[in-house]
Amino acid sequence: MARKFLSGNEAFAEGVRLARPQVISAYPITPQTIVVECLSEMVEDGSLKAEFIHVESEHSALSCAMGASAVGARTFTATSSQGLLYMAECLVYASGGRFPIVMMNANRSTALPWNIYGDQRDSIALLDSGWIQSYAENAQEALDLALMSYYIAEHKNVSTPYMANLDGFVLTHTYEVVEIPTQEQADAFLPSFKTENKLDLSHPRNLGFTAGPDYNTQFKYKEHLGLLRVREVVEEAEMRFAEIFGRRYTGLTENYRTEDADFILVTLGSISGLVREVADELREKNVKAGLLRLRYLRPFPDEEIVRTLNGAKAAAVLEKDISFGGDGTVYTNVTAALQKAGSRLPVSNYIGGLGGKNISAEEIEQIFEELKQGNVKTVFLGLGGEDA
Amino acid sequence: MKPFLREKIPAKLSEIPEYTAYEAGYLVTGNAGWRNIRPVINKEKCVGCLQCYLHCPDGVIFKKDGKVDIDYDFCKGCGICKRICKPGAIEMEAEK
Repeated sequence: MARKFLSGNEAFAEGVRLARPQVISAYPITPQTIVVECLSEMVEDGSLKAEFIHVESEHSALSCAMGASAVGARTFTATSSQGLLYMAECLVYASGGRFPIVMMNANRSTALPWNIYGDQRDSIALLDSGWIQSYAENAQEALDLALMSYYIAEHKNVSTPYMANLDGFVLTHTYEVVEIPTQEQADAFLPSFKTENKLDLSHPRNLGFTAGPDYNTQFKYKEHLGLLRVREVVEEAEMRFAEIFGRRYTGLTENYRTEDADFILVTLGSISGLVREVADELREKNVKAGLLRLRYLRPFPDEEIVRTLNGAKAAAVLEKDISFGGDGTVYTNVTAALQKAGSRLPVSNYIGGLGGKNISAEEIEQIFEELKQGNVKTVFLGLGGEDA
Repeated sequence: MKPFLREKIPAKLSEIPEYTAYEAGYLVTGNAGWRNIRPVINKEKCVGCLQCYLHCPDGVIFKKDGKVDIDYDFCKGCGICKRICKPGAIEMEAEK
């Protein structure tokens, strides 16, 4: 086990190297570029034995990964923002075809106005594409998710592509000390990729065929079940991971000081670190604040959310996303989970960090302050000016 | 080779493949429900030149006893075989 000072992109690339993908096809886009550069250097210097395929677009990058997966290869691609949206057509092909491709997405705003900085509207806009979606908080988790993503995606009960999201710049470009497992440890954790869902001369199959109205529902239902089974496979992966690497993750969500909390902020990604600090400070002022971090958005951790928020007086969802004309999509999902469980907890929606706008500790403290009042509201952080 | 149909049509959820992948060589079902007119071969006039076999866009014409026959499970009734048949051995008849 080595310790290195790495950015989120570099940490994720190290994780991918340890997973030994056989085919990598990717097209560079800020702020994802570095993960692709790192992997191309690893292939060049021989430390990663993979085919690195240069493609002319993101649409081709994922098409290429699908072709590779369809002959049984472990594959990797990465993108961000407009690139992810350009890929959108292929995303549903990969999930419908049940090809367990792993993709890193550097969360970045979407045009217009043009902006290269981080928010989560790109991946959340594609929540319905049938991919597993995880959101890392820090570079260590990014590396660990790179390894675990293959275990989960390729598991025979899942066989579904995996989108590992890292906040653009805030996580992809900031440096931390990261523990890098040895190849022996990684190999002990991650079995080689085996699937029946492939083209095979000795066992010929039709892949990616048509299913009309008579059969379409059944295929889509099976796709849905594959995603629902991710919950138990995540648990299995994390148990194995803890045994080998000594780090224990907490499933689809992570709770911080929620057990006796009156006010819980639900959020995802790198902002969670700051929420944790604010919760600590508020605890010293006798405000029972807690954090519920959504590590995965698909499958949606509805049971975990209901369990954690049960007993709180009020909650808020803080997200770097807005479904224009509706609410934040995470908020919609959280409140739907609570409604299904019969909860009447007041939940507010805070939209922040759009286009890379900083979310300050003071703003988070203010959210907890407003939760005490118990009103349900939708607030855009960072509008500025008194007429906002 | 004439394509062959699955003997058993999947009905229950458990019979539907887990992925969009299935053993090759099978066609799930007949696919000619919208045909209005069907080509009918006059075996007396057919000289076995195989022009219809070569031109059929759906590949549903197959060789049989030195002449040709049509797989009506997949023929769409486009009539190209009739147009291409120089001896006039193919007539289009209305589906009943």
